[in-house]
Amino acid sequence: MSVNKEWTPNIVAFCCNWCSYAGADLAGSGRMNYPANVKIIRIPCSCRLNPMFVLRAFQRGADGVILCGCHPGDCHYSTGNYYARRRMTVLFSLLDFMGIERGRTRVEWVSAAEGAKFAATMNDFVKTVTELGENKKLGDLRCKK
Amino acid sequence: MMKKISFQDLPRLFREISETQTLIAPIEKCGQVNFGVWTPDSTLRLDALKTVKSAKGAFFPQVEDIVHFRMKDKTIDIHPAEVLTEDFVIFGVRACDARSFELLDRVFLADPVDPFYAARRKHGTVVTLACNQPEETCFCTNFGIDAADPCGDVTAWMDRDTLYLRANTEKGEALISRLENGEEAPVEDLKKSIGEILKKLPLNDLNLTGFDGDHLMEKFNDPKWEELARGCLGCGTCTFVCPTCQCYDVRDFDAGENGIQRYRCWDSCMFSDFTLMAHGTNRPTQTERFRQRFMHKLVYFPAKNEGLYSCVGCGRCLEKCPQSIHIVNVIKSLGVKEDD
Amino acid sequence: MQEMIVNRLRELLASGDYAGVIGWSKGETPFDRTPGLFTEKDLDRLCYDSFCGSNLSKYLIANAKDKKVIALLKPCDCYSFNQMCTEHRIQRENVYVIGVGCKGKIDGEKIRNGGIKGITGVSEEGDLLKIETLYGEKEISRKDVLLDKCLSCKGKEHKCADEVIGESEDTSVGNKYELVEKLDAMTPEERFEFWRGELSKCIRCNACRNACPACSCIKCVFDNPKSGVENKAAADDFEENLFHIIRAYHVAGRCTDCGECSRACPQGIPLHLLNRKIIKDINELYGDYQAGEEIGQRHPLTDFTFEDDEPSVVERRGGGK
Repeated sequence: MSVNKEWTPNIVAFCCNWCSYAGADLAGSGRMNYPANVKIIRIPCSCRLNPMFVLRAFQRGADGVILCGCHPGDCHYSTGNYYARRRMTVLFSLLDFMGIERGRTRVEWVSAAEGAKFAATMNDFVKTVTELGENKKLGDLRCKK
Repeated sequence: MMKKISFQDLPRLFREISETQTLIAPIEKCGQVNFGVWTPDSTLRLDALKTVKSAKGAFFPQVEDIVHFRMKDKTIDIHPAEVLTEDFVIFGVRACDARSFELLDRVFLADPVDPFYAARRKHGTVVTLACNQPEETCFCTNFGIDAADPCGDVTAWMDRDTLYLRANTEKGEALISRLENGEEAPVEDLKKSIGEILKKLPLNDLNLTGFDGDHLMEKFNDPKWEELARGCLGCGTCTFVCPTCQCYDVRDFDAGENGIQRYRCWDSCMFSDFTLMAHGTNRPTQTERFRQRFMHKLVYFPAKNEGLYSCVGCGRCLEKCPQSIHIVNVIKSLGVKEDD
Repeated sequence: MQEMIVNRLRELLASGDYAGVIGWSKGETPFDRTPGLFTEKDLDRLCYDSFCGSNLSKYLIANAKDKKVIALLKPCDCYSFNQMCTEHRIQRENVYVIGVGCKGKIDGEKIRNGGIKGITGVSEEGDLLKIETLYGEKEISRKDVLLDKCLSCKGKEHKCADEVIGESEDTSVGNKYELVEKLDAMTPEERFEFWRGELSKCIRCNACRNACPACSCIKCVFDNPKSGVENKAAADDFEENLFHIIRAYHVAGRCTDCGECSRACPQGIPLHLLNRKIIKDINELYGDYQAGEEIGQRHPLTDFTFEDDEPSVVERRGGGK
């Protein structure tokens, strides 16, 4: 597959307020590099992620959506991420069943201390989505540039 | 002048038509027959009596763009959608759907004229098809529709392996003049045999007495509505398969930096957000929404249109309602009984 | 069986404890069976036969709110009933459930699609259906025209009945995940094509949603002008996908696989496959679970274990590469 050098993917990263958002902050203050096309949206907990958010991100031009939350066992609300884990598994499997490329959605656990992991995760995710190319299957034509 | 073409040659005729204009015909896709744009790869299903959706979509599509706005600094760019300027042909419309176009005309071509609809009517050529095998759910006979000899720009009859066509208008003449001449006799026979079947349809004798503007309040306040509507799920199946339902909603889609797309789409009086206003809705329960649908078809519309009912008896609602609640139930329960 | 049911209902209603019965009545065509609330005086309109395929449990939400009613439920309807009781949408003590025997229900659409036109009457003789039409008499095997949902029958037991009238039969045939597995084995491109084709037929009538006993939100997000996704028609392919993904996903873990969505769809979209895929995933990942088996179950998506698989499991176990 040929990769268009000009094109860069739009990535939406939903980060939980307590761990991953702080992890992103640490990545920033530590001057670690990750691509600027990752747009972070802060949510109170990974289990706040309504599947509608994922789909609407794709509708409005996201090429990949990633959810970051506290490591299992470390949730600020004790168990939120355990629920999120099941929900996202079922959702991703349903998207796969409908023929949406598997690599476009991901869940990673990033703690507040893992600035380096946050940057590495984003670099890796951007690379995967860049290889997959533009999101054509779940976008809304009216929102295309 | 009667014309004819064998079924074998039909794809050739279709190809010729589709070279110069869009051709819409009953096409099977994923197991269901609906009107769609014909291409040489399409599965043509002229034998299918009822498409799931009616033919009205050719003139009044389910979704159509009206205007597009975009903010640019301190100005707003406004781009109205263009009206249709190219001719098209819709082939294989049944008598009931053909009548529905006349009913839609009364709504969309009355002042103020709807430019999108008017352009489609102007550029569209309607080829109707007689119904060789009407079904038990058909009741077009109640509305003075002749399924053996439908109206339209061209009327067609299927007889074994030949399609007979008769032009009724100049537009129709232009479409089929190149075909070879056909005989009248087979068509007369066919009309006769269809007429025989039409006489036997079980829903032929619906009594529509009392469904008019004079009995408006009586019908409106009839206590039977509640019982009739009790099983209604409030889905829009009946309205979306109906050839005469013409309500639409105008909506804006905010496409972010791409501006705002204003479009209109079919609406259904069965929905809780139908004609929703700032104060809420004036039909808070399903009974009222249900009543609205049938009062519109059987009372309000005829009161305003010289007694013309806004139902053509296609029977799609009979076949498609998930809970088998439909206009025939309403006519029979609210209408005058024979022994009254 | 209908006579037995009506006689028993007459007895029960005579006691004055119940406001009525949720059941079916006959309509205009041989297949028309309309749900309604029947009182003592209109019991003779009540009908129960092989065409009463619709699931009446959802009507109990509105009809058993502030009064006691009797409900006629088939074995499969009982699952939906239990699920709604679990979710406190129905108060169990307000409903007297009569489990009615079911040997599979007949799909009028299948008879019509089989090429039999102008049907004016249908009678059953054992496994044979004698069909009178405007174009002569026809015969067809009952087994060939059962509703799709009957082919994945969950068994003949009524899971919530206060009493049972009539015999039932398990009409399931083969593996109910067959089509899901077939799709899973395709490449993502083929699956995408399949669903695009099917979902492009959608007319957004919402029949799948409104018929679904699990879809019992008072205001659906797709009807709510404040939600930002409210729409009355799919103006873009995306909106078709969005509606159907959310519809299926919102009932994940709560769907009893009653098949009403596909039965109600006027365009014949196999919507139940989306739900069945979710059920299959849940069973495989989190252990066998049948929604509505009993009242008070905790469903897998409101539960967890510490050892659950990570979402990346989808990449490893997903279908056709």
